[in-house]
Amino acid sequence: MKKPYQSIEVNPNNNMKQVIHRILNVNLLRLSLILLIFISYSLSAQETGDPIKGKALFNTNCAACHNLDRKMVGPALRNVETRLLEEEGLDREWLNAWIRNSSGMIKSGDAYAVKIYEEYSKAAMTAFPQLSDEDLDNILAYTAQEKAVPAAAAVTTTTTADEGDDFGISNKLILGALAVLFGLLAFAFYLVNRTLRRFALAKNIELPEQATRMPLWQAFVKNQFLVLVAAIFLLLASAYFVYGYFMQLGIDQGYEPVQPIHYSHKIHAGENAIDCKYCHSSARVSKHSGIPSLNICMNCHKSIYEVAPETATAEYSKEFYDGEIKKLYEAVGWNEDDQSYTGVTKPVKWVRIHNLPDFAYFNHAQHVTVAGVECQTCHGPVEEMEIMYQHSPLTMGWCIDCHRKTNVNVKDNEYYAKVHEELSKQYGVDQFTAAQMGGLECGKCHY
Amino acid sequence: MSSNKKYWKSVEELKPNSSIVETLQNKEFVEEIPTEEFLGNKEKLDASSTSRRDFLKYVGFSTAAATLAACEGPVIKSIPYVVQPDSIIPGVANYYATTIADGFDFASVLVKTREGRPIKVENNTLALVSNTANARVNASVLGLYDSLRVQGPMKNGEAISWDEFNADIAQKLESLKGGEKDIVLLTQTFASPSTSKLIEEFKEIYGNVRHVVYDAISESASLDAYEVKYGERGLANYDFSKASTIVSIGADFLTDWQGGGFDSGYSKGRVPQNGRMSRHIQFESNMTLTGANADKRVPLTPGQQKVALAKLYSYVVGGSVPGDLPKSLDDTVRNAASELKKAGNNGVLVTGIQDINAQTVVLQINEALGSKAFDPETTIKTRQGDTKDVIELVSDLNAGKVGAIIMSGVNPVYTLPNSADFEEGLKRTELTVSFAMKLDETSSISEYVAASPHNLESWGDVELKKGHFGLMQPTIRPIFNTRQFQEILLVWNENDISYNDYIKELWNSEILVGTSFNQALHDGVFNAENSESGEGNSSDSTEIPAGAAARTLASGNETGGIELTLYSKVGMGDGQQANNPWLQEFPDPITRTSWDNYLTISKADAYELGLVNEYVATGALNGSYANISVNGTALKVPVIIQPGQAKGTVGLAFGYGRSAGLKEEMKTGVNAYDLYQDFNPVQNVEISAGEGMHEFACVQLQNTLMGRGDIIRETTLEVFNTKDKEYWNPVPHVSLNHIETSVRSPEVDLWDEFDRSIGHHFNLSVDLNACTGCGACVIACHAENNVPVVGKEEVRRSRDMHWLRIDRYYSSEESFAGDNIKKDSAKGLFGETGIKDTLLEMESAAIENPQVAFQPLMCQHCNHAPCETVCPVAATSHSRQGQNHMAYNRCVGTRYCANNCPYKVRRFNWFLYSQNDEFDYFMNDDLGRMVINPDVTVRSRGVMEKCSFCIQKTQKTILDAKREGREIKDGEFQTACSAACGNGAMVFGDVNDKESKVAKLKEDKRMYHLLESVGTKPNVMYQAKVRNTKEA
Repeated sequence: MKKPYQSIEVNPNNNMKQVIHRILNVNLLRLSLILLIFISYSLSAQETGDPIKGKALFNTNCAACHNLDRKMVGPALRNVETRLLEEEGLDREWLNAWIRNSSGMIKSGDAYAVKIYEEYSKAAMTAFPQLSDEDLDNILAYTAQEKAVPAAAAVTTTTTADEGDDFGISNKLILGALAVLFGLLAFAFYLVNRTLRRFALAKNIELPEQATRMPLWQAFVKNQFLVLVAAIFLLLASAYFVYGYFMQLGIDQGYEPVQPIHYSHKIHAGENAIDCKYCHSSARVSKHSGIPSLNICMNCHKSIYEVAPETATAEYSKEFYDGEIKKLYEAVGWNEDDQSYTGVTKPVKWVRIHNLPDFAYFNHAQHVTVAGVECQTCHGPVEEMEIMYQHSPLTMGWCIDCHRKTNVNVKDNEYYAKVHEELSKQYGVDQFTAAQMGGLECGKCHY
Repeated sequence: MSSNKKYWKSVEELKPNSSIVETLQNKEFVEEIPTEEFLGNKEKLDASSTSRRDFLKYVGFSTAAATLAACEGPVIKSIPYVVQPDSIIPGVANYYATTIADGFDFASVLVKTREGRPIKVENNTLALVSNTANARVNASVLGLYDSLRVQGPMKNGEAISWDEFNADIAQKLESLKGGEKDIVLLTQTFASPSTSKLIEEFKEIYGNVRHVVYDAISESASLDAYEVKYGERGLANYDFSKASTIVSIGADFLTDWQGGGFDSGYSKGRVPQNGRMSRHIQFESNMTLTGANADKRVPLTPGQQKVALAKLYSYVVGGSVPGDLPKSLDDTVRNAASELKKAGNNGVLVTGIQDINAQTVVLQINEALGSKAFDPETTIKTRQGDTKDVIELVSDLNAGKVGAIIMSGVNPVYTLPNSADFEEGLKRTELTVSFAMKLDETSSISEYVAASPHNLESWGDVELKKGHFGLMQPTIRPIFNTRQFQEILLVWNENDISYNDYIKELWNSEILVGTSFNQALHDGVFNAENSESGEGNSSDSTEIPAGAAARTLASGNETGGIELTLYSKVGMGDGQQANNPWLQEFPDPITRTSWDNYLTISKADAYELGLVNEYVATGALNGSYANISVNGTALKVPVIIQPGQAKGTVGLAFGYGRSAGLKEEMKTGVNAYDLYQDFNPVQNVEISAGEGMHEFACVQLQNTLMGRGDIIRETTLEVFNTKDKEYWNPVPHVSLNHIETSVRSPEVDLWDEFDRSIGHHFNLSVDLNACTGCGACVIACHAENNVPVVGKEEVRRSRDMHWLRIDRYYSSEESFAGDNIKKDSAKGLFGETGIKDTLLEMESAAIENPQVAFQPLMCQHCNHAPCETVCPVAATSHSRQGQNHMAYNRCVGTRYCANNCPYKVRRFNWFLYSQNDEFDYFMNDDLGRMVINPDVTVRSRGVMEKCSFCIQKTQKTILDAKREGREIKDGEFQTACSAACGNGAMVFGDVNDKESKVAKLKEDKRMYHLLESVGTKPNVMYQAKVRNTKEA
């Protein structure tokens, strides 16, 4: 399922998008009222509207503040048109006018408009003059739909599981067949051997008796040279493993701690394709990538209070994910019922995964903004990680390897212009690695 | 035949009867090895239940356990903001312009904050006239994180709430309102328009209010003289850059005279340009920083100074004055007078004599000269105290005439000479309130302590000089439950407005005249375009006639005993920052001694009194104690023999001997305020030798250059202007195949030159003419680079960690040039002209009046660094940008590098200085560690460290430019020291940028490299010192 946030992206040419996004909480109200008006307009409108298009429009324009069944920044909108007509006697005209210019209506002193404005803490709804009558029809048609019973998700999951099983069985089959084949072969050899011996016996050919030999270990012990070589080999081998053990000390590759909130990069960065730097924005300008502050989470999670049924997997149920969102609300002090902040916060104590020692300087901005390195280059396939783990070893050798191989991104950067020109003149090449530009000097990272 | 050649390991051995030699002969180790302590007692050893076998088991087990435990990495938590303030990006520093105004130091500064924590004070380059940040201002950021700060309001030592505090005091004030007894506000000089207005309003409401302004170190006489002459209570402002001849009689104007801040103007005039530089003649008794920088320094007792000033008046303006000076001195004064007269309006005279007559005479002479350097328009406002009021207050307190005393920014129990009377008076006062950051001497005996915020947590405004304003803004949320004096005044005035709104209103209505307050706040400074000039030249009638003043001055100066001059040290000032370990460990620029104050005395007087200084076997300095007494007040003070101290005078610094509100380690020195009778810094004193020896922490034992003119190149202006560079600043030559070859020739090089022509190549230029030795750079370096404080004991063992030191050298002859000649003319080994005796003689500085030179010394970042070649693990290496890198995590602590460094600038971490109870300075508590710069590693035990050319700063500049895709302009590269130097003595930059200032300085004819003959090719260069010795 597409998340409302993502669907904003669907229509990139719409300039209103930005505005909507910024004043999210200001304007949603209005839309609800527009929708309310719709209901009163006519039944035929509902019939003519296309709920599927309506859903897309709703997600683009309204979902940031409205939900069908739940009061958010603005009121719940299911059957808004009908309700408005029945309860307030306001027709579709009113609703249209409200959607397109709610603040105007509030100013003009429309009683119900003012009431809604007061009720929703005086946050005026964004005006949507760009929505045509047809669009409004579609949206209202969507809001007039009956609540669907979730069923599809379970089916999907089962199918996936089946597929996985099929794959497993086919592998096993091949392996089993191979095993049987080897068994048959061995048996065949045995039979051949036995038959040949029988022939020999029959023809009175004497098989040479095997001389009783010195046991192998005695021979080994007697051979001083072999003992020496073996000892050296053993020592070397153990030294290799001991060295290997010590070298991995302090390297936490694959470190995957349990976090206080189960945050899934897979859902956010993968399925919803949210840009890494939307949350880790300081990676662009600072040495730290920054763990996003909770108000960033709330940019979206103010309206996303539950996951779609399709998001749930066999391992993590929808209830589990919804519970994790509740943890966020508790930490940030968000009261879902009032749609307001309580002011009581409990900062989240994340477990830090990527730990560089104090004596190593690393600057995210340099790699992200200047060099244009993808986050995934060091952090691995984050968009596939249900639980975040350390992908790279973060050792000095690993850093240096990359600095040796990677060419400096000098294009369109005034800073490099002069240096680059001089260097290419001197060495007659066009590209330089970070190492050649001095990226291996101790003091570049250790101070 | 056996040779009678005598080999000696140190000059000490050559001295007959040296106690050190004797001691060392008998012992292998300097210190006792305590074997007896743990092996001597056989019974105890037998009785122990731990057998050797057990011991080994324990050792084995604990080693294994520790090893296993070490394999597991710790879990590190990261806690992000709940709501991130939009101005804060983790990892990016923010700068706020503010003003430091603690009553003694006033400066417009920029404060660097990281993740909301102020970590460094820097100069505000927008400030036109105000003082650049000195060492104390640079160090003040550490005071913010002082673990001994008062954390909330208190009543009789018990914590109370602000509501209770306000209610209690409002009630008491109400009962005193309009009564017979006064309500007294005893405050520091705020120089704050808004505070003045608040106090006026307070006075209006309560009626019987008296406001007493109290400067711990008083400038009262100068203020009085200026007030009488110009009708305004303030201090005369001088711009020394406009003067070609500067005569100073007892004014230490490069440090704290008249609030300080004159050094940058002075330095501008000291750099020879177009063959000219200013000439500076100094008459003084103590050896001060100013005297050390003078072209001609004349040691004079304070009594003689007065006569000299009077004579000078008569020679310049005319008239005759009584009083006699020895003939030679009289001639010197006459010469100074003629030089002044010759200079005309380019001459200027200043004096530090705290006497209204002396100050009047000086104002008169400057007026007569029409001195351009003297600026009566921009009066200095940062000292306003009146000693008469303070004296009256103390007597009124004791007479029971005061009902309430409210103190802010002052510590009279510590700073008053008659503090016992004051204490007694406080007991007779119904209400005593002290606004203080610490439980200091005064606040600890006050009934109410109002916890005050640090300067960096406060709002405020300051009129530094007339028409030149500064704004103060908080750079951090108050760490503790504190309220500032002005906030509480607003409460008492029943004004609901917040203090910052109050300032804003006042500024918008009276100061800004239409310009934006936010802009002023952003800049931190505001210069009023046309300040109404001179509220009154009306007081001409009451003016003291200068001639009469001069005559009064010259008479009645018969002095019997030794004269004591009290002064403030560059590091400690008036002593309010005594709990600041950076300042305690800051070596005084003149004596190079830290963690103490001491009596400076001339060699002749010391000899007479039997006082000595001596070095002990570890190389540390010890000094005798002296008992001194002034009108019955006695003190036991350690003595330092000070070359250049005028005979018959002694000096002692304020600011030490604190007893409350500071850690045990910081309770150093003696309290000189006890001798500050009648607020007169000059006292007649009786001295006798005391018992015992005092242990000093002195960081420089070699006081002279021993004639090695190579280290500090200097010449006279005359030679500089007339002779070829080769004559006074030659490139050293070394022998190559018995041919003298320039050391800069590639043929004599042991190493292949690395091509550094592409990219950046950093160089630092240090101008010995512009450097006054003030030491702001030393503290700035501390703050920037997380340099640890090691404590007095460790400094005594020469284990100080300063990355940047300022060496001070005395000449052993009249001048350094004399030293060179003397050494070169030595013939043979022994005998009168032999090198042995010559060198022995040259060890001690010229006692009467040596020349002085300062030389800031940090890692020279040699292109052919001797340290790099001897490191067995390649922990120190060179970069193409000219910086010598030090990888701490690679260092194993062999210290070969330090031994092989010809400049002795490498520092070894003998201990873990952070989070170690043995070193209970700022790095040992969570609060103190807040000041640590997150971009610089905190070094651990066993590694070497040294100046890095602030690589974190140069890298930051480069990284920012890359990110923004632009070229780097000259001036963007800075080190902490070059940024802190307000005198322009340190210039840092990229020499590959041919247009840069530093590239031009590299071509300057004054440029030389330190010990260039060694062939290290340093990236630090010095500009030779030029002295203007020619008498005009």
